[in-house]
Amino acid sequence: MDYDRVKEKLEILADAAKYDVSCSSSGGNRKNTNKGLGDSSSSGICHTYTEDGRCVSLLKILLTNFCIYDCAYCVTRKSNDIQRAAFTVEEVVDLTMNFYRRNYIEGLFLSSGIFKNADYTMERLVRVAKKLRLEHSFNGYIHLKSIPGASDELMREAGLYADRLSMNLEIPTESGLKLLAPDKDHQQMIKPMGFVKNEINLYKDERKKFKSTPKFAPAGQSTQMIVGASPETDLQIIQVADHFYKNFSMKRVYYSGYVPVSNDARLPGLGSQVPLVRENRLYQADWLMRFYGFKANEILAKNNPFLDLEVDPKLGWALRNITDFPVALQTASLEMILRVPGIGVKSAYKIVNARKFQNLTLEHLQKMGVATNRAKYFVVVANSNKNLIHLDSVHLKSLIVGDTKSKFENPFSNQTSLLNDDTFLR
Amino acid sequence: MTILFYDKTFEGFLTAVFEVFEFKYQDVQIVHEGTFQNSFFAEPIEIITNSEKSDRVLKKLEKQLGKSGIQQMLYTFLSEDASREMVLLQVITYAVENPGKDILKDYSNSFVMQLSKFVKSVNRERHRMKAFIRFELLKDEIYFAEIFPDFDVLTLIITHFKNRYQDQKWLIYDSKRGYGVYYDLNVVEIISLENPIQFGESHKKELLHEKELNYQKLWIEYFDHTNIKERKNDKLHVQHVPKRYWKYLTEKKIL
Repeated sequence: MDYDRVKEKLEILADAAKYDVSCSSSGGNRKNTNKGLGDSSSSGICHTYTEDGRCVSLLKILLTNFCIYDCAYCVTRKSNDIQRAAFTVEEVVDLTMNFYRRNYIEGLFLSSGIFKNADYTMERLVRVAKKLRLEHSFNGYIHLKSIPGASDELMREAGLYADRLSMNLEIPTESGLKLLAPDKDHQQMIKPMGFVKNEINLYKDERKKFKSTPKFAPAGQSTQMIVGASPETDLQIIQVADHFYKNFSMKRVYYSGYVPVSNDARLPGLGSQVPLVRENRLYQADWLMRFYGFKANEILAKNNPFLDLEVDPKLGWALRNITDFPVALQTASLEMILRVPGIGVKSAYKIVNARKFQNLTLEHLQKMGVATNRAKYFVVVANSNKNLIHLDSVHLKSLIVGDTKSKFENPFSNQTSLLNDDTFLR
Repeated sequence: MTILFYDKTFEGFLTAVFEVFEFKYQDVQIVHEGTFQNSFFAEPIEIITNSEKSDRVLKKLEKQLGKSGIQQMLYTFLSEDASREMVLLQVITYAVENPGKDILKDYSNSFVMQLSKFVKSVNRERHRMKAFIRFELLKDEIYFAEIFPDFDVLTLIITHFKNRYQDQKWLIYDSKRGYGVYYDLNVVEIISLENPIQFGESHKKELLHEKELNYQKLWIEYFDHTNIKERKNDKLHVQHVPKRYWKYLTEKKIL
């Protein structure tokens, strides 16, 4: 292998792939039964973190950044004057194997610009995965990008070798897509997602009957929406996410704050701020839907289609529904405890377990890891809780905001910690 | 006060626990060999490790607290914290006083909470080793990694690496504690090198396989280019990769 040449390609094709935020390596659960290389850890592993604080779990590259499309928000767009490169199938296989052997990565996330046509591109991606699995007994994680318009046959083959398939919607609405990605067709993107969803269900049913049925994309499929490139509201974004979770059994929807890559008049110009707080609030909203039992239509206030940047959406909900509080922790249901600001999923379970032994106090909560600076205004505990007098106050919001140190206040720390938590990758 | 001292092994500790209950010691402290002794009032009693006794303790605890309970106790023990024996004895006593109850879920008990913190720390270190270990291919086709974990977690990661790397020889060596695990394509063995090898960077380069540095350079290049400069966040970066782990990481080396 010509290491210098590969190094040049790696620079270009890693650079081009980095805006895809998915780096999950969980849910694969492929076992190393063939005395080969690799064994997917079902919980996923972040092997390192970049200087922007994001997890690095997979070798995330494009097969090529040659592309026939001209999507305004994309650095790889046809009209952009940048260096182009393409890996050979062998080069990608060699990099993946050798990085994996040194414990740098959990596997490969392979995407691509679209060259010639959809099937031609998809066929190359599938060939890499197939070679890794069949010729190199590789059992690590493989995430392949679904190419819009790829045929069912190729998508089926992809699902047999990959752990996860994804198709990035990027622009949440059809009208937005028409404006920014005139070559792309909304339906062409939706169709493979529907196909993959149906195949996953089909193979699952088959496996119940015949144990020898192979797994089809065992880690499911995911998608990504760019936030802040087009004028969609948070309400629209959350509704689209909810639609995909419900109707396409998506494992994850990712939100990627738009990093300016062009001076196109249709987009925020070069040098504009990446909307990190908004992106963080959307992830928090996503978490409320997936782990806290919130419905999409509860997350936003009726009169404002954007999330409050000042407070997290759970606190926002509590402030709008103050009559549901205080919550008596000793007797309340788990569902209601999960709705208390400052109490996370783990703490909620700890509370439900510990209260069988003792009447809990605020001190107990603090030791369990509850953010009592928020929770204390909303809960009834064993000892008297003088903070409850503020519950009816119109100043409650400013009281809490004043009491909480935001991670965004410090200009050198304008990134979310949520984004990079291990648990975030499920 | 009675002081019991044991041989630093988990079995030895459990034997001591057995004797605490057998002889109904009231005011008792369990310490391991080599702990500084300074008590005019107590004559230390040496505990002879006895696997029959330690097994009986384990069985009893497993019946009440389940397999995960035993695992939590082992993790606490591997923390090597100065208070681990005290915390474990307190939690075990609390369990014995409350037969049939899964007292490890009583997070309002301060010893249970302390134990759960040890478990969390050890578990995190175990996870970090799975993530941060970097193998280097040596001339003799062995993938080698040197570690200095905060807690004694090497035995907890053997299965993970054994499942994962079955077609290559590998050696992970804990230089802080002077032992390692070696997989020879068939079995994993715990080994101890008689003369601690000098792994210094300059010395090591002679041992490396001719291809090794090429892949290290490629990885560093990748690490650099997958970063989005517009989102730079050093605080978060260091939070996830604390500086004490940088010495493990190929991507943090300057080649």
